[in-house]
Amino acid sequence: MEWLANLGKSTLDRFAAVGRASYVLAGSLIAVPQLKNVPLTIKQMYVVGVQSLSIIMVSGLFIGMVMALQGYTILVDYGAEGSLGPMVALSILRELGPVVTALLFAGRAGSALTAEIGLMKATEQLSSLEMMAIDPLRRIVAPRLWAGLLSMPMLTVIFSAVGILGGHLVGVEWLGVDAGSYWSIMQSTVEWNADVMNGVIKSIVFAFVVTWIAIFKGYDSVPTSEGISAATTQTVVYSSLAVLGLDFVLTAIMFGIE
Amino acid sequence: MPNETNIEYHVSITTGNSEFLVKNLIEIESLSFKRGERVIYDNISLQIPAGKTTAVMGPSGIGKTTLLKLIGGQLRPDAGDIKFKQESIPSMSRSRLFKVRRQMSMLFQSGALFTEMSVFDNIAYPLREHTQLSEALIETVVLMKLQAVGLRGASKLMPSELSGGMARRAALARAIALDPELIMYDEPFAGQDPISMGVLVKLIKELNNALNLTSVVVTHDVTEVMSIADYVYILADKRIIGAGTPEQIRQSDSDLVQQFLQGKADGPVPFHYPANTLEQEFMGAN
Amino acid sequence: MTSRKSEILVGLFVALTIAATLMLAMNVASKGSVGQGETYNLYAKFDNIGGLKVRSSVKVGGVTIGRVESIHLDPEDFTPVVTLSIVKQYNAFPETSSVSILTSGLLGEQYVGLQPGFSIDDIENLAEGDYIADTKSALVLEDLIGQFLFSRDND
Ligand SMILES: Nc1ncnc2c1ncn2[C@@H]1O[C@H](COP(=O)(O)OP(=O)(O)OP(=O)(O)O)[C@@H](O)[C@H]1O
Ligand SMILES: [Mg+2]
Repeated sequence: MEWLANLGKSTLDRFAAVGRASYVLAGSLIAVPQLKNVPLTIKQMYVVGVQSLSIIMVSGLFIGMVMALQGYTILVDYGAEGSLGPMVALSILRELGPVVTALLFAGRAGSALTAEIGLMKATEQLSSLEMMAIDPLRRIVAPRLWAGLLSMPMLTVIFSAVGILGGHLVGVEWLGVDAGSYWSIMQSTVEWNADVMNGVIKSIVFAFVVTWIAIFKGYDSVPTSEGISAATTQTVVYSSLAVLGLDFVLTAIMFGIE
Repeated sequence: MPNETNIEYHVSITTGNSEFLVKNLIEIESLSFKRGERVIYDNISLQIPAGKTTAVMGPSGIGKTTLLKLIGGQLRPDAGDIKFKQESIPSMSRSRLFKVRRQMSMLFQSGALFTEMSVFDNIAYPLREHTQLSEALIETVVLMKLQAVGLRGASKLMPSELSGGMARRAALARAIALDPELIMYDEPFAGQDPISMGVLVKLIKELNNALNLTSVVVTHDVTEVMSIADYVYILADKRIIGAGTPEQIRQSDSDLVQQFLQGKADGPVPFHYPANTLEQEFMGAN
Repeated sequence: MTSRKSEILVGLFVALTIAATLMLAMNVASKGSVGQGETYNLYAKFDNIGGLKVRSSVKVGGVTIGRVESIHLDPEDFTPVVTLSIVKQYNAFPETSSVSILTSGLLGEQYVGLQPGFSIDDIENLAEGDYIADTKSALVLEDLIGQFLFSRDND
C-alpha cells in the first residue's frame, strides 16, 4: 500500500513539475516582442554564446583531428583514404557537431544559467522584481532563453566548420591525403539539406531543450546552497540525457528508415 | 490566558480607531496561513492606516516577513482576506496585482540588490522600467535618493563591494525610488551604526510626513520603533498579542508585551521554536 | 563601457557564424549542387539493382549529375524501376544512352553510371519522364562466382 501511495505521489509531483516548467516557458516566450529585451538578450548572448566559443572551437578542432586520425587508419587498409573527407564531414555535420556542442553547452552555459537564476531566487532578487511589478520571467528568464536558443545553433555551425578544418589539418597536412580528394569527394557527397540543415535542425531542438531545462531548474530550485548545487547538477544530467535520447529519435526520423 | 489577550486586543483596536480617524490602506481580516503543517497565523486581523507609520514587532521566525509577503501578494492566505484600498489582493488577477504593486514597494530583509549592476543602476532600474523619464532626469532622481541614504559617493560601486549596512541603505534608496504609496520595510535598521540608524529613522519619518506615505516597518529595535511609529502591532504565537500607540504599548499590562519590550528571556513568549521539552528530548530514549 | 564591449563581441560571434556557414556552403556541401536547383526525372528498369539505394549518385564519367530519387517494383512485370533525378543543366543526353549499376572500388558504394549514346540527327534527347531502354544490372558476386564455376566445369 505504501509503495502505491509513493508511486502516486511521485507521479503527481512529476506532472506538477511539467506544469510549472510549461508555465515558465510560456511566461518567457510571451515576452518576445519587447524592445527592452533586445539589449538584455544581446548581453546574455555574450555570456552564453561568446564565452562558450573557446571551449566549442577547441573541442571542434580536436574532434575533427581525432576523426581524421581514426578514419585514416581504418580507410587506408582498404585503399579508401580518399573517402576521409566525407567521413569526417558527415559524422561531424550529422552527429558530433550538434550532440557534442549541446553537451558542452549544457555543462558550460546551462549549469551557469541554472546557478545564476537559482542564486537570484535565493537572494530574493526575483521576489524583489515581483514586488516592483516587474515579471522576472520577462526580464530575467526570457532574455536567457532566447540567448540560448540563438547561440547554440550558431555554436554548432562554428563547431562543425572548425571540426572539418581540423580533419583537413590531420588528414591532408599531416597524413598526406590528397587535398583535392579530401575536399572534392566531400563536396560531392555532402548535401546541403540532408546533411548540413538536418544537423542545424537537431541543434535547434537541443538548444530548446537544454536552455529550457537550465532556466526551469534555476527558477524552480530550492533557494539554498544545496538546492542550487543540486539544481545545477540536475541541469547537466537531465540535459545530457535528453540530448542523447532526442538525438536517437531525430536521427531515426531524418536518416533512418526509408 | 488566550481570553485575556484577546480582550486586550479588542480594546486597543477600538481605542486605535477612535484615535485615527483616517482610512485604512490595508485591512487584514481573519487571516490564517500555514507553511506546510506549521501554522504561522491563526485567524488574525489588523489594519494599516493610510499616511501613518505602522510598526510590526515580534520574535524571530514568527512570520513578520511572511506577513509582508502576504500583503504584497507573493503568498496566498489559506483563509481570510487582505484588502488594499478595499480591493482583495488574494483574488486579484496577475495583471491586476502587478498594477497594484506599482503603488507598493518593499525593502527586503536581505536587501536583494541586483548583483549584476552597479548601485546607481539598481536604483535607476524601477525608474527605467516604469517611467518615461529622460536619462538626465533619472540621474538626478537617483543621486537624490542616494544622497538621502548617504551613499551618493558609492553610486559606481557594485553590490558585492558594499558592506551589509550599506547594501541595505542602497536597497532602501531603491525602494523609495518611485515614491510609492506604501513602503514595507523589513528590518531597515539591522546592521546600522547609531548614526545611520538615526538618519534612517529620520528619513522614514520625513518620507511619511512630506509625501504622506504609508509605512509598515518590521523591526526589533524597540526604541527606534517607539520614536517613529504611530501604531504598533506585536505578533507572537500565531496571534497579535498587543496593539496600540507606542504609549499604550509601553503602558500595557500584558505580560507578553512587557516581556517583549524589556527583552526578558523568561516569560510567556516562547524564545524557542516549538519542540519537545528538554527532558523528553534527552531522556526519551530511556 | 562593458555593454559596448559585449555588443561588439556578440557582433563578432555572429560574423564568425556567418563565415562558418559560408564555408560549409561553399567548400563542404556545394559543388555538385545536387539536391538543390531544378531537376528532371528519368526512369530505368533493371533486372537487379544489387545494393543501389535511394540517394545513390548518378554519374557520367565520374561526374555526379544527379541522384537516385526512388526505387520501386513494377507491379506488372516485377522488375525494379529506378527513378533518377538529374540536374536540369545536363539535359541533352541522347535516347541511345545506357545506364548501368556500378561499384566504386571493390567494396565501395554502388552508383548509377550513365553512358551517353551516339547522337545522330533523328535521335531525340531524353526528357522528363522518359525510360532509358538500355540498362545493365548490378553485378552480383554470387552469380559471378556461379558463372565462373560453371564455365570451369565445362572445360
Ligand atoms: N519558504 C519557506 N518554506 C517553509 N517555511 C518557511 C519558508 N519561509 C519561512 N518559513 C517559516 O515561516 C516562519 C516565519 O518566517 P518569517 O521569515 O516570516 O519570519 P520573521 O518573523 O520574518 O523572522 P525574522 O525576524 O528572523 O526575520 C519561520 O518559522 C520559517 O520557518
Ligand atoms: Mg524576517
